[in-house]
Amino acid sequence: MSLVKLDRVSMAYGRGAAAARVIEDVSLEIASGEFIAVVGPSGCGKSSLMKLISGLHPPLAGTLTLEGRPVTGPIKSVGMAFQHSNLLPWRNALDNVLLPLEIVEPFRRDFKKDRKKHARRAKELLEHVGLAGFTQKFPWELSGGMQQRASICRALIHEPEILMLDEPFAALDAFTREELWCTLRDIQAERKVTVMLVTHDLREAVFLADTVYVMSDRPGRILRRCEVNIARPRDLDVTYTQAFQDLVHELRTLIGIKH
Amino acid sequence: MAIKVVSPAAFTLALFLLWQLVCAAFTVPLTILPAPSDVFAALWQYRAPIADNSWVTLWTTLAGFTIATVFGMGLGIAIGWHRAIYAGIYPVLVGFNSIPKVAVVPVLILWFGLGEIPAILTAFLISFFPIAVNVATGLATTEPELEDVLRALGASKLDIMKKVGIPRSLPYFFGSLKVAITLAFVGAVVSETVGANKGLGKLMLDAQASFQVPIVFAGLLVLAVLGIVLYAMTAVIEARFTGWAFRGGANR
Repeated sequence: MSLVKLDRVSMAYGRGAAAARVIEDVSLEIASGEFIAVVGPSGCGKSSLMKLISGLHPPLAGTLTLEGRPVTGPIKSVGMAFQHSNLLPWRNALDNVLLPLEIVEPFRRDFKKDRKKHARRAKELLEHVGLAGFTQKFPWELSGGMQQRASICRALIHEPEILMLDEPFAALDAFTREELWCTLRDIQAERKVTVMLVTHDLREAVFLADTVYVMSDRPGRILRRCEVNIARPRDLDVTYTQAFQDLVHELRTLIGIKH
Repeated sequence: MAIKVVSPAAFTLALFLLWQLVCAAFTVPLTILPAPSDVFAALWQYRAPIADNSWVTLWTTLAGFTIATVFGMGLGIAIGWHRAIYAGIYPVLVGFNSIPKVAVVPVLILWFGLGEIPAILTAFLISFFPIAVNVATGLATTEPELEDVLRALGASKLDIMKKVGIPRSLPYFFGSLKVAITLAFVGAVVSETVGANKGLGKLMLDAQASFQVPIVFAGLLVLAVLGIVLYAMTAVIEARFTGWAFRGGANR
């Protein structure tokens, strides 16, 4: 059953003739529990696609539905994380993770009353991603990888239907990045959460996703929908197999090589 | 700790010593530049009127500063709330801030008569600007991605302000208080110098008219000390409330 459905959707910033088209005629479906990745050259509208689906920016044409209902505003059941963790420096890791519960209903109403219960859940989540013992630390006391782990916890705490990640590992070193791939893989496997990952790292896309969409240069169109037929659970060794390499190579060719 | 106390004390002492030596070496007349010993003598001799007038200056400064803090913060939030408000108010504000406040004092005296009110208002008018601008800057520089995270959850503009915008602008706010308190002090004294019946500015003006130059310098000395104390007070408040911004961490 498809959770999100885009039917010939276009999107532009600005209005009228001056509008800059960023997404053109995109149709795709995300099934519940599916892990999709969107790859493409930089500036191709990958992040705009995310804004579109989360309801932060309306489409110019076409229809966008969530669970069959048209999206008209922020969809609320979304968790987001970006390249920079954007943790609030005046809150410790635990309080940062709790932030969405202070905003989103139904948690918001009884937040003060249920704070203990929520804090316990946030703590478990942080421990789960390897931050046991760091829950009381402030962001500047955490490494980049740890900040990013906390940021992903913040995106998950309110149990969103869709987790949207915009190049979440782009600012990390190669080893930390691969470690976090595995963390994300395990979280997704356990929680069956739907994930949309925007990235320009093709290995990352193929390693994590069920389906990879390749976008063209601006205005972004979907060039190819590519199913990753590599059995789960996948571990990092999979990235050195021929099937994996071939798929990455194929995607790379689609995006085009500029000399 | 030793450096923090000993070094400024030694430097200040050396400065007074040099001043004393220069006055003695060149036999500078008392009416041009009194030596520190003369200044301190005058300070002691006229301690009652000086204390009395200092008190007036101090409280008018603090009153003006308090109004400026409340008003400046409110205005800053209003300006930072929306780009249209920012664009609309900002030029007017810059224009207003460019008017030398000494030119406004006669108008204030005309409206409110001689007394403390013109001094309070001048202190206020001169010091709200940096507070408003700093708060607005803090709000305007909120990361758009963070705003997206919250907006996607259904956060209203007010939610974003409360959870992110205002805490984020606090270091800017407290930072501006240090500037504002000094300006408020200048405003109050300037106003007293133009026209008042009390205050350090008025005392110095009277002393100058009767060529009692040591009293003028004693007044300047008190102004400097009060200025340091007020600045130090706001600096302590700043460090207390926004420790996270300095990454010291412990005292949040």
